[in-house]
Amino acid sequence: MQTAGGVSARLPIHSDLDLVWVRQHVRQAAAQLGFGLVAQTKLVTAASELARNTLVHGGGGEMECAPVSRAGVPGLRLTFSDEGPGIPDLDRALSDGYTSGDGLGMGLGGARRLVHEFRIDSSPGTGTTVTVTSWSAKPPLPREEA
Amino acid sequence: MPEQEATAQHGTPAQEIADFLHRRREQIAQRWADAALFRTVFTVSRDEAVEAGRAVVEALAAVAATHRIEDPEADGFIVVRDQLARTAAARSRAGFTANQISLEVDALRAPAEELLLADLSGRPAEQVRDRVTALTVLMGTLRLVVLETSLTAGQEIVERQRIQLLEAATPVIQLWKGVVAVPLIGTLDSARSQVVMETLLDTVVEQRARFAILDITGVPTVDSLVAQHLLKTVAAARLMGAECIISGIRPAIAQTIVHLGIDLSSVMTRASLSDALAYALRELGTDIVAHVPGGAESR
Amino acid sequence: MTAPFPAPYGGHVPVLRLGGVLLVTFQGDLHDSQAEQLQQDVSEAAADNRVSGVVLDLSGVELVDSFLGRVIGDIAAKTRLLAAETVVCGMRPAVAITLVELGLTLPGLRTALSTEDAMRLLGQGSVSPRPGRTRQESP
Repeated sequence: MQTAGGVSARLPIHSDLDLVWVRQHVRQAAAQLGFGLVAQTKLVTAASELARNTLVHGGGGEMECAPVSRAGVPGLRLTFSDEGPGIPDLDRALSDGYTSGDGLGMGLGGARRLVHEFRIDSSPGTGTTVTVTSWSAKPPLPREEA
Repeated sequence: MPEQEATAQHGTPAQEIADFLHRRREQIAQRWADAALFRTVFTVSRDEAVEAGRAVVEALAAVAATHRIEDPEADGFIVVRDQLARTAAARSRAGFTANQISLEVDALRAPAEELLLADLSGRPAEQVRDRVTALTVLMGTLRLVVLETSLTAGQEIVERQRIQLLEAATPVIQLWKGVVAVPLIGTLDSARSQVVMETLLDTVVEQRARFAILDITGVPTVDSLVAQHLLKTVAAARLMGAECIISGIRPAIAQTIVHLGIDLSSVMTRASLSDALAYALRELGTDIVAHVPGGAESR
Repeated sequence: MTAPFPAPYGGHVPVLRLGGVLLVTFQGDLHDSQAEQLQQDVSEAAADNRVSGVVLDLSGVELVDSFLGRVIGDIAAKTRLLAAETVVCGMRPAVAITLVELGLTLPGLRTALSTEDAMRLLGQGSVSPRPGRTRQESP
């Protein structure tokens, strides 16, 4: 279980099979960095939402997975990027119930609640990049917690 | 300029300190092995302490050679950071504060300075002063590095103890077949609520409990974050197929909950733990009846 | 798990018929298309067989995201239209906590701890009145 695949990776997101790869990689990377079961599940679920977002709304893209550390606490940073149409109204996209495709409209807003740090850059025409970070223990810098 | 001339002959103060540390590493390491910091941590053998001291001297020499004697982030420190962290951690486990550890690091300066002064005898006073200052600055930087690692190590210890304490403070008990309860006592914060939630839900699975009781009789106050956690616990338990009952909501807390605008209407609440248990037992089909002679029927 | 990446376990979802109940056992990580296929299979089976209940066993599932959540909700809604009841059972604590955090509490969905409990719920839930319905836990 220890070394399989490592933590750093760049995974394509072009089909729903790729979503399975993303979930499995994030699960294994988080486990390797010492995330507890609940923390793992939250992060993998967030990754699944964001990857699906990349696939469905961004027309495909990729996820970059990188280990990070702050004050000795290991964490995982996931960056989802696409070159799709972008999101015209971010506030609305982040609110619950908003959906432009399948699902329950929990995608972005839900994913945000499952991670410690969430950042989204998007504008029409340039695509969307979502970066999320979660820590294996209590986040080193106090942040309001979901 | 006389200073420039001196530099030409002997190198910059930092370079000279680098040379000095490298040249005298054995003696310095020997002396440091007897200093409190190394002596008390490396108790198994003195050789180990000397070895550790030598590693630190060489790291300092490397830092001085790159002229970054004031920089705790200097690359030279990387090789000994781990060792310093372990040393600092050992001291803080022994009950020393970060400040006391820092003083112990400072105590390493004197023995090195003595050797330096001996080496510099006969040199112009100004040069001696510059070299000693450079060594002092370098040792000060070492102190910073150790302080930083010991603070980090301290945080880890505090964090570990905090989690252990949380777990110990959250006993989930089985009240009946199919009924588990957590009597919560003391202030609930967000972290503790999280632990309570996870522990309770794990126990629900282990004990196949259809009812989980969260008793908050002993909880003085509830803020909105904690109330949210309680609601989440109830919702998660329901998804798993168990019913979560909150008991012992004192009037003051009920008031707060109303003020916070939190809706508990979807949550099963009971005045006391025993009421909650009675409810659960009734739902499980187990009736508790007062023993009446000749009428022992239920069970 | 020796290769750098194990092949994704194709999710595997056997649908079993036990009397009037469809038992659907989720296992592993489902592709979205498999989940959608399953949704269709279950509603077809429910319509064909005049089943009275559907049990969705999630004990083998490590993750339910909003997509799978929607699939589960839709199965329940569709079977309800066919006058059958859906019970979700065996959801793991980490999955449940995550779903709640995600904002998906699936209100109105019946749940049970295990498949046995779910079957009991479907078998007896509508027959006997609530209080004292299970006296059977034997001495």
